[in-house]
Amino acid sequence: MGLWSSYRMRLRRKRAKVRAFRKHFSMKTVADRTELIRPGHVLLFSTFRDEYVRLPYFLKYYRDLGISHFLMVDNGSTDGGREYLAEQPDVSLWSTTASYKRARFGVDWLNWLLQKYGHGHWTLVVDPDEFFVYPFCDTRPIRALTDWLEVSQVKSFGAMLLDMYPKGRIDAVPYRAGQDPIEIASWFDPGNYMISKNHTYGNLWIQGGPRARVFFSNQPKRAPALNKIPLVKWQRRYAYVSSSHMLLPRGLNLTYDEWGGERASGVLLHAKFLDTFASKAAEELTRGQHYAGSVEYKAYAENFEETPDLWCKWSEKYINWRQLEILGLMSKGNWA
Amino acid sequence: MLVHTAFGRAEQIAQHWSAAGCPLVIHVDRAVRKKTYAAFQQALADLPNLRFAPRHRCEWGTWGLVAATQECGQIMLNDFADVRHVYLTSGSCLPLRPVQELIDYLAERPQTDFVESATIADVPWTIGGLDHERFTLSFPFAWRKNRWLFDRYVNLQRKLRYKRRIPNGIVPHMGSQWWCLTRQTLSAILEDPERDTYDSYFRRVWIPDESYFQTLARLYSRQIESRSLTLSKFDYQGKPHIFYDDHLQLLRRSDCFVARKIWPFADRLYDAFLADASGAMKRTEPNPGKIDRIFAKAVERRTRGRPGLYMQSRFPVETRENGLTCAQFSVFEGFADLFENFESWLARTTGARVHGHLYAPERAEFADGQTVINGALSDSAALRDYNPHAFLANLMWNTRGERQCFQFGPRDRQAIEWDIAKDPNAQVSVITGAWAVPLFQSNRNFADIRQEAALLQQTESEHLKCLRSPWTKARVRIWTMAEFIEAPMEPLQTIIDEIGHQNTRGGGVAEVPRMADLEGFGQFLQNLKNQGMHPYLMGDFPVTQNVADLGQTNRRPYLVR
Repeated sequence: MGLWSSYRMRLRRKRAKVRAFRKHFSMKTVADRTELIRPGHVLLFSTFRDEYVRLPYFLKYYRDLGISHFLMVDNGSTDGGREYLAEQPDVSLWSTTASYKRARFGVDWLNWLLQKYGHGHWTLVVDPDEFFVYPFCDTRPIRALTDWLEVSQVKSFGAMLLDMYPKGRIDAVPYRAGQDPIEIASWFDPGNYMISKNHTYGNLWIQGGPRARVFFSNQPKRAPALNKIPLVKWQRRYAYVSSSHMLLPRGLNLTYDEWGGERASGVLLHAKFLDTFASKAAEELTRGQHYAGSVEYKAYAENFEETPDLWCKWSEKYINWRQLEILGLMSKGNWA
Repeated sequence: MLVHTAFGRAEQIAQHWSAAGCPLVIHVDRAVRKKTYAAFQQALADLPNLRFAPRHRCEWGTWGLVAATQECGQIMLNDFADVRHVYLTSGSCLPLRPVQELIDYLAERPQTDFVESATIADVPWTIGGLDHERFTLSFPFAWRKNRWLFDRYVNLQRKLRYKRRIPNGIVPHMGSQWWCLTRQTLSAILEDPERDTYDSYFRRVWIPDESYFQTLARLYSRQIESRSLTLSKFDYQGKPHIFYDDHLQLLRRSDCFVARKIWPFADRLYDAFLADASGAMKRTEPNPGKIDRIFAKAVERRTRGRPGLYMQSRFPVETRENGLTCAQFSVFEGFADLFENFESWLARTTGARVHGHLYAPERAEFADGQTVINGALSDSAALRDYNPHAFLANLMWNTRGERQCFQFGPRDRQAIEWDIAKDPNAQVSVITGAWAVPLFQSNRNFADIRQEAALLQQTESEHLKCLRSPWTKARVRIWTMAEFIEAPMEPLQTIIDEIGHQNTRGGGVAEVPRMADLEGFGQFLQNLKNQGMHPYLMGDFPVTQNVADLGQTNRRPYLVR
């Protein structure tokens, strides 16, 4: 990379910072418990809208992993989720009614919070329907992972989005608050992912899975990106550029090995396809607040009328992280 | 005992050693804040036979560690006259067996020094590309903190051909930092009249904590056991592997005395091994074999990875793939045109999974007409053509353990051809010109046929250039159609032997695929020529063949011995 392109990247990073600053004015503090944050704590950052039913299990899952504090941005929820979170002892909550799209799908808000509270911490950025799985997550808390990354001098940790879906119609089994969504959406596509390298930012661009197979089989280029870098040892100058898909400075996007070896990586189980999805999709169509003119949701709306089943004969049922490791979806790297 | 973090655990460990009656000298890194240090001293104040050594700055790979160790050793020897063996350990070391067992073990071997010590020529322990240069260059800059200066300075010294003299002809040895030396050996090292010479030499050696005692022990020891009593594994970056709660059983079975490094929050490990219950362990020689294997595998995975796997954290650049695909596969070009039942015949004969044209323009023709195959891989042509190589690599990865065969030809999407040609796992067999057979059999207007034949011939001839290029790593076999039908069984037998699954009762193929009826094919080619389109890839076909001969020779099933 030449000086010129480095300089351009610097400008982009600065622009992201300026956007974060501009957009933070729309956020109102609902509950600020950030004084509870201690050095060494692993912090979780998330935005949500009308996800009340998912929140109890979400909090439980990440508390069990060892997340010490949740920093959440509510984007105009009306279902009581905000009130629920405001009462939690380890949650700091901000609320905004501004446009999700114009905050670049929430990135600007989170960049602000990350800059303000994340500096020097390991930070995990996930959505309420994403469940972080990493090597040995059933026996070792997240602090074990971050300590190890730290001594290995690794600053960022990649985790691919793995779309989970139920067998049969996605609205067949209703999801109850507090329930593990993977009990319902327990299937995934084990081996149809396509990877190419993004030479501008240095990250990998991963597409595939059930969404590409069912919804985008005729226009694969528009299939959603599955690469994510959710876990980062945050520094004030860092910024997410597009969702949690990529970061600046670019070095943070190198979560993969190019010389034939495997780095450690995890998976974000994406429990999007529950019975709540249909109404969500209908709403998003009218709001138009999602990526690329909500193209994803349009494709879903069209397809779900004909083929509401994502399951196929070769779908795999989720067991544990070791299964994902054997399938080659994630790797232990040299962590043992 | 060297301590720099996790003081709570270090305190626990110190109490454990002390409870077994071992005198203890503790060194705490000078970088640790005064308050923390004072609290730590306070917590251990009531332990008998405990000394704190003067503090040094202990940065990884620098002299401070050796200086700290020397201080500790000196105090230990001066203050505790009964001590016969001195064991160097750290705050993150965990005794796995009762300390009494270690004491007994050492009492049985009163003259033995346990120090891993190997000459540099014989071991591949290199970090940062330095082996003997550790001892012949000078390293005033820290690798961790001033990598840039470190590298520049090494390069400068190399350029100037600077070399340090190794004093008194000692032979540099390397090994684990965690040793157990006898009083005799340790005191000989510390009281050596030449110690100043050695110290000033090792002060500028890189990672002296792994070579100072290891080298000097060779001068004085009566009996060296070149192994460390501390179980400590290093990964390819030279940092120790860390033990967690889930290693409990593994550590139990290792029978080692002390393990390092333990994650400070591994409560189960600390509870299990610091409790007296572990006295149940049998008294055997340490046997870290299983742990060795696990960690060696982890390093292998990090450095070499799984061949043929492309995933979020393994995306090798070209030439570093260590296998473009994960298993051998066969590509057949022209066979399905020439033989009527080739696919089913091949599947029966070899037991492999035989697909149709995976790169057909309409869809990927998976075996048995499936629309989705292992790994939920879709037959959509758009998805496949979006990333043809990922499609192939995925198919091979998903069907690991089962041989894959597929058809290919000039009618198919050609974008994959280089990936196949460059893949040593590919076995490519080509009958050139066989694409003319379906045209010959078709009932289309001759002008269309001529046009398509010209196109297919052009495509195939480009493809053959690729297969014959010097970059090709696949095992490629090419026959012209005329060549092939003269003696079809011989090449078929070779290919199938290579696939290696055939039912080998007679050593030959029991069943022969049925060849298409080629009566009038020569005339068909001549007609193309008459139209100005010269089909040359199929070789020489006489215009008027002795059709009866051809038919008979080809339809007679025979065996090749």
